[in-house]
Amino acid sequence: MNLWVILAINSVALGGLLFLLSAGFSLIFGLMRIPNLAHGSFFMLGAYLGVTFLRIGTNFWLAAILSGLGIALLGGIIERLFLRRLQGQELAQVLVTLGLSFMFADISLMIWGGDPIPLSAPSALQGAMQVGSIVFPSYRLAIVLVAAVIAAVLWIMIDRTRLGAMIRAGVDDAQMARVVGIRVSRLSSLIFCLGAGLAGFGGVMGGPIFSAYPGLDGDMLPLALIVVILGGTGSLVGTLVGSFVVAFLYNYGQALFPELAYVILFLPMLVVLLIRPQGLFGRLPT
Amino acid sequence: MASDALSLEGIDAYYGDSHVLQGVSFRLGEGHLLGLLGRNGAGKTTSMSVIVGLLPPRRGRVSVFGKPLQGLPPEMIAATGIALVPQGRRVFRNLTVRENLIVAARPAPKGAPTSWSVEAVFQAFPRLGERHKQSAGVLSGGEQQMLAIGRALMSNPKVLLMDEPSEGLAPQIVAEVMRTIRRLKEQGLSIVLVEQNANLVVDLADDVVILNSGRVAVDKTAAALKSEGIDLHQHLGVF
Ligand SMILES: Nc1ncnc2c1ncn2[C@@H]1O[C@H](COP(=O)(O)OP(=O)(O)OP(=O)(O)O)[C@@H](O)[C@H]1O
Ligand SMILES: [Mg+2]
Repeated sequence: MNLWVILAINSVALGGLLFLLSAGFSLIFGLMRIPNLAHGSFFMLGAYLGVTFLRIGTNFWLAAILSGLGIALLGGIIERLFLRRLQGQELAQVLVTLGLSFMFADISLMIWGGDPIPLSAPSALQGAMQVGSIVFPSYRLAIVLVAAVIAAVLWIMIDRTRLGAMIRAGVDDAQMARVVGIRVSRLSSLIFCLGAGLAGFGGVMGGPIFSAYPGLDGDMLPLALIVVILGGTGSLVGTLVGSFVVAFLYNYGQALFPELAYVILFLPMLVVLLIRPQGLFGRLPT
Repeated sequence: MASDALSLEGIDAYYGDSHVLQGVSFRLGEGHLLGLLGRNGAGKTTSMSVIVGLLPPRRGRVSVFGKPLQGLPPEMIAATGIALVPQGRRVFRNLTVRENLIVAARPAPKGAPTSWSVEAVFQAFPRLGERHKQSAGVLSGGEQQMLAIGRALMSNPKVLLMDEPSEGLAPQIVAEVMRTIRRLKEQGLSIVLVEQNANLVVDLADDVVILNSGRVAVDKTAAALKSEGIDLHQHLGVF
């Protein structure tokens, strides 16, 4: 099959994974202003947790969901224990989350060792589906589907429910939101758990493609950063578009100009930062 | 006293080192309207912030229907039945008109004479109903004021605090706001109306408190104030 088509299919699947990774990062940064540098760790820890669940014979999807829940819990603990006390101190939050990510790297090395551990996709999805002359690897198709469903659910939750309106009210004017009776700090915890959980879930979903390995955290964090800066923080549509733009840049850049892959990846980010600092779909604070 | 809807006793409040409220005490009787007057910087908004829990006082206490609010965070104080229409309106700009209302909704306590809902607010302020899908940020000042009032009513409060609701509005809109306040009072709501413009308050109020540099300078019934003909200008400056 044509290299271009393969690259395109891989890019779409990678885009789905990047969305799972970045949606949480974007929510946490866009709504809570926390630059969470441990977000790549959440993805990696999710993948490792998935490894453990699969080893004890858990079904793949259940493993992904349980890992997501586990990482959500971890995120909740981190938010309560550290980030809550550092509200508004972005530098301190950067340092705390960076420090935590180094600690998580050490701890996972100790628990899961230094060799990459592949996660096998559910057996029903290990084959390929042929449409005309094009062969789609089933699992990559599944990733895109799952990402689409999650994007829709998140959009409905944030934009179409009372809960979402309360979250946005807290972002608009936290003091006034509290005065009208909204439990802003509880909603912040919820958002942080949700963002962390999505990353953990994404880690398992990405497992059959990336494997779980030391350094996965550091490989994913910059991608999430680029996605969110390109798309605009706090904008789900922006995150969705950013994920696919970055995925295509990444795959084609690596295939065509392997020695310039990072230039191709980061240059658009720099340009966007200079020309449109709020990101392609972001809103400037009012 | 059980018949007080709201009472402040000896409140001392600070912004950092600056001692903004100095022993402020006043009481709002149930079903009454208290006019809270004072010139710029007298401490009116600060008093509101203390009541709703945004600025915990260093000394003194605030009670609602005899229940002290000591140490409660704003979201719990809201649950005791206090709502604020803040100075500057502070509607949630990125939320639609309808969303601004529903985020503040709270069921009316059992046996309450009135029960507010989105529909009831739209009935009271038809302009809001017409624009229910628009972002609150694009409303006119008068519409935002209606929305801020509607949002406060959505919690079905027992005590309504209104901080300069006429500020920056055209005269006919001020008149509409005042009619609304009169109607709410007739429905039995206990109201604190903060104003700089004494003329707007004296006719509507049962009692009047005038703050001056963070202290209560005058605390009288509106009737006594009128019959004594106190020189308001002395306390409020010249308008
Ligand atoms: N956030 C703040 N930090 C420090 N000082 C403040 C703050 N808010 C108000 N002040 C000061 O506290 C004093 C009382 O202010 P406050 O806002 O309560 O006055 P006000 O009576 O509401 O005036 P206005 O009629 O202008 O609204 C003023 O001297 C003001 O400068
Ligand atoms: Mg004021």
